[in-house]
Amino acid sequence: MNNKTLIVTGLVIFLIIVLFPFWYMRGKAAPAPEPELTPKAKAAQVCVRSTEYMKAEHMQLLDVWRDSVVREGKRIYVNPQGKEFDMSLSNTCLDCHSNKAEFCDRCHNYASVRPYCWSCHIENPKEKT
Amino acid sequence: MDSSRRRILQLLGVSALALTTKPVFNAFAKEAVSAEAESVIKAGAQALKAKQWAMVIDTRKFKSEADLQPLVEACHRIHNVPRLQNKRHEIKWIWGTRYHNAFPGKAAQFVAESVEHRPFLVLCNHCENPPCVRACPTKATFKRESDGIVLMDFHRCIGCRFCMAACPFGARSFNYRDPRPFIAETNKEFPTRMKGVVEKCNFCAERLAVGRLPACVEASRGALSFGDLYDSESKVRKLIKTNYTIRRKQTLGTEPSVYYIV
Repeated sequence: MNNKTLIVTGLVIFLIIVLFPFWYMRGKAAPAPEPELTPKAKAAQVCVRSTEYMKAEHMQLLDVWRDSVVREGKRIYVNPQGKEFDMSLSNTCLDCHSNKAEFCDRCHNYASVRPYCWSCHIENPKEKT
Repeated sequence: MDSSRRRILQLLGVSALALTTKPVFNAFAKEAVSAEAESVIKAGAQALKAKQWAMVIDTRKFKSEADLQPLVEACHRIHNVPRLQNKRHEIKWIWGTRYHNAFPGKAAQFVAESVEHRPFLVLCNHCENPPCVRACPTKATFKRESDGIVLMDFHRCIGCRFCMAACPFGARSFNYRDPRPFIAETNKEFPTRMKGVVEKCNFCAERLAVGRLPACVEASRGALSFGDLYDSESKVRKLIKTNYTIRRKQTLGTEPSVYYIV
């Protein structure tokens, strides 16, 4: 154990480098983004499901919608409150949420997910017609 | 370990208790889910239904290529089909061709002039035995059980083009380029496609779901008929019964659902 000091110094430097991102960014965590609602979405007050459900499960919901519409031709979604919706990302979801940049992108960027829905589905069907 | 009667009885008791935990857990789990009632997914009330959709094209009503244009236009406009000048990149869902191209092998050396010069409208035949579906490695293209339409799930298409090789009718097109810049006028209610997927006619599945006939049939002013092939009272069956019809490449056994009155 002649190299004790050398090893300990090395370890300390190693730890400092490895933990650099943590102590450098300490207390500066980016705040979770608040998605902005359009006036139309605000007026509707509730989405096809509750806000908590939509926050956590919208991707699963859209996945079920996609398979059901494309593969089974079933296009009507009846939510637990008994209200009917046309299962369409472009024509139903984006009709209210017509502000992709402030609504979709904010959270997706924060969570670093890049869904490719918009390579085919048109962002805002109503605004541009 | 010495196993006295008391010890064994204790073990049995604890094990019996453990067996009851699963139902208890299930009961708790169920309660949490049923707090929000279940949602239902169903087909629209006006949706048109059939066992196998079929089309009858009365070719006698088309004199020149120009007569087909409104039908092609109607289809390509509502489905955001791009118009690419380069023939190799061309995307088409429905188009006009000549008799000897549409029916190779059927054309004799000498044919009636009216037939020879008549334009033939061709599209996906929505075969009852579709070779493209068998070729697809991802099940992106499939024959819909409910109404026999050969459909594409663009989400799943990996662009391998096996289906294009398998289709004997050349009904499929591949997006070699991003199609968006080549769509003159976008229909906001229908998605576009992206680079790297195959596309083709979908028998207007999105219109049938809301009770409307395909766009080409609507634009044809009676030259095209649409209906259920397995309903003996349907319009298409009545036309097939009273007219001589032919189908494309029937000998291949794919059982096309598009019939031509010549």
